[in-house]
Amino acid sequence: MAQTYEKKPPRPYLHPYLGGMMLGTVLFLSFFLSGNGLGASGGLNRIIVFFEDLIVPGHVDRTPYLLEMAGGDLNPLDAWIIPMVLGTILGGFLSGLFNRRLQVETNKGPHISNRTRWLMAFAGGAIMGYGARFARGCTSGQALSGGAVLSAGSWVFMFAVFAGAYALAWFIRKAWN
Amino acid sequence: MAPFQLQALLGYWGMMAVYFVLGLGFGVALEMSGFGKSTKLAAQFYFKELTVLKVMFTAIITAMVLIFLSASLGLLDYSKLYVNTTYLWPGILGGLIMGVGFIIGGFCPGTSLVGMATFKVDGLFFVLGGLFGIFMFGETVSLYDTFWNSSFYGRLTLFDFFGAPAGVIVVGVVLMAIAMFWGGEHLERLIGGRDLKREPKWRYAAAAALLLLALFTAFKGMPTLEDKWQKLAGEKQPLLDHRDVYIEPAEMLSLIHDDTRGLLIWDVRPEKEYNLFHLRAAKRMEEETLRHIHRTGIDPTVNQVIVLVGNDEKAATRAWKLLTAQDIPNLYILSGGLNRWLETFTTKEDGMVMPRGGNEEELRFTFRAALGARQSAAEPDERLLRKLGDFTPRVKMTRVVKRQGGCG
Repeated sequence: MAQTYEKKPPRPYLHPYLGGMMLGTVLFLSFFLSGNGLGASGGLNRIIVFFEDLIVPGHVDRTPYLLEMAGGDLNPLDAWIIPMVLGTILGGFLSGLFNRRLQVETNKGPHISNRTRWLMAFAGGAIMGYGARFARGCTSGQALSGGAVLSAGSWVFMFAVFAGAYALAWFIRKAWN
Repeated sequence: MAPFQLQALLGYWGMMAVYFVLGLGFGVALEMSGFGKSTKLAAQFYFKELTVLKVMFTAIITAMVLIFLSASLGLLDYSKLYVNTTYLWPGILGGLIMGVGFIIGGFCPGTSLVGMATFKVDGLFFVLGGLFGIFMFGETVSLYDTFWNSSFYGRLTLFDFFGAPAGVIVVGVVLMAIAMFWGGEHLERLIGGRDLKREPKWRYAAAAALLLLALFTAFKGMPTLEDKWQKLAGEKQPLLDHRDVYIEPAEMLSLIHDDTRGLLIWDVRPEKEYNLFHLRAAKRMEEETLRHIHRTGIDPTVNQVIVLVGNDEKAATRAWKLLTAQDIPNLYILSGGLNRWLETFTTKEDGMVMPRGGNEEELRFTFRAALGARQSAAEPDERLLRKLGDFTPRVKMTRVVKRQGGCG
């Protein structure tokens, strides 16, 4: 197994429209079966709050935003989004495994070092995580899920994300090109 | 009818297993589309490769068409789906912040999980950064929570906003997406140097198929509340036939004076009659409002009883059916309507209210003046309860499970 894995090149990605239809079908099934869309950042949020609740339960009980998830006896991990996030990680891993794309690497533009890329990934992640909670959902939970059920706010949000990214893209073009 | 009460059907762990499998599908679909690779995602913003746009909008229109198609066929109850509520300005500002994070970090939260799962080091750093940002949000939101909770529009959909049938909006969104794909492909040709002749021909067939399904959905239309009632009638009509939801004036009086739970009195009569007389706490509801109860911001999951009030019972019963079709729980009708109420609670000495003849569903009393609720029968004294004697209580509270959604 390991040998063949080394030899064969990774399989190509799906055609974007095909990938989109697959993703859309999963999203539809999620709504059809459970009434909920897909999500990611909410799960990460609950994992963070779980550890906060372990370390400083008093602080959690005094902060209204955290209280809703972990106040008193509430277990922040008792939510549907948690198995969904775990499934997403495992699904990504399995797909990477079968398509021979499990590879320790850092994807970046040619003009920056690995360390710069990592720093940018951390900073971008922090900004994105902050923004995702600010907007009450990330690209999955707001744009994708809310977009498919035609939530007005989700559509406005989606265009705001693209606007924010395009507005800054030119200024940091050296990082990616 | 879908969606299903997974916990009731499969138990807690069964429900969690379904979400896990959905997550698996989500992860596989993201990975196979190339969303585990930050350079592929970032290329979107330099117009070289519009994979993000194509995958995202294809996913949205595919899911949207399937959702509204199954709703129009009566297989799926759209009103039971979680629709992200709109907080306009926080959503816009959060979106802009996320866009900035996207181009700096090269992922979004969902895709970074897949990047990390396929051993991308930048994906791992992004996940760590994301956790840090989420932590910081939880610690700082209390500094500006007035803004964060501002410009709230509730469950506002595009078809509510535009005032068009849902199916028409579905067709419009599909057309818009196809136009964006067309423009995107030409941008890729111009800037990324992609040869469009090598693109697969099936994409035309797929676009046509989606458009046809969308047109069919628009043509078929969403089920009306009357259609939904027809489906529920087998289960709910007996409640009306056995008069289980009609409450006696005496029970109504005791509810009015019961401070332990919320009571909403909805008056379904025309404005003129409402102005003549109505119960003290009654709110007049137009049929249009009753048909779109989710727009009113009323939360059906809280501990409250809703009593519908008409002159007699016919209009209130009709309203009861409309609301039941929208899944509003703890819904009752004032037995005999306000005519019986006035018979029970007005006294001759009053002098303000006099009975008169009239047809069914008319207010069979005359009033000296349009005093609205400024008369004793609008909120009779609690002590009258003893005079009225025993009644069979009808109100049974059902607890409703609150739908969680969005990003959990």
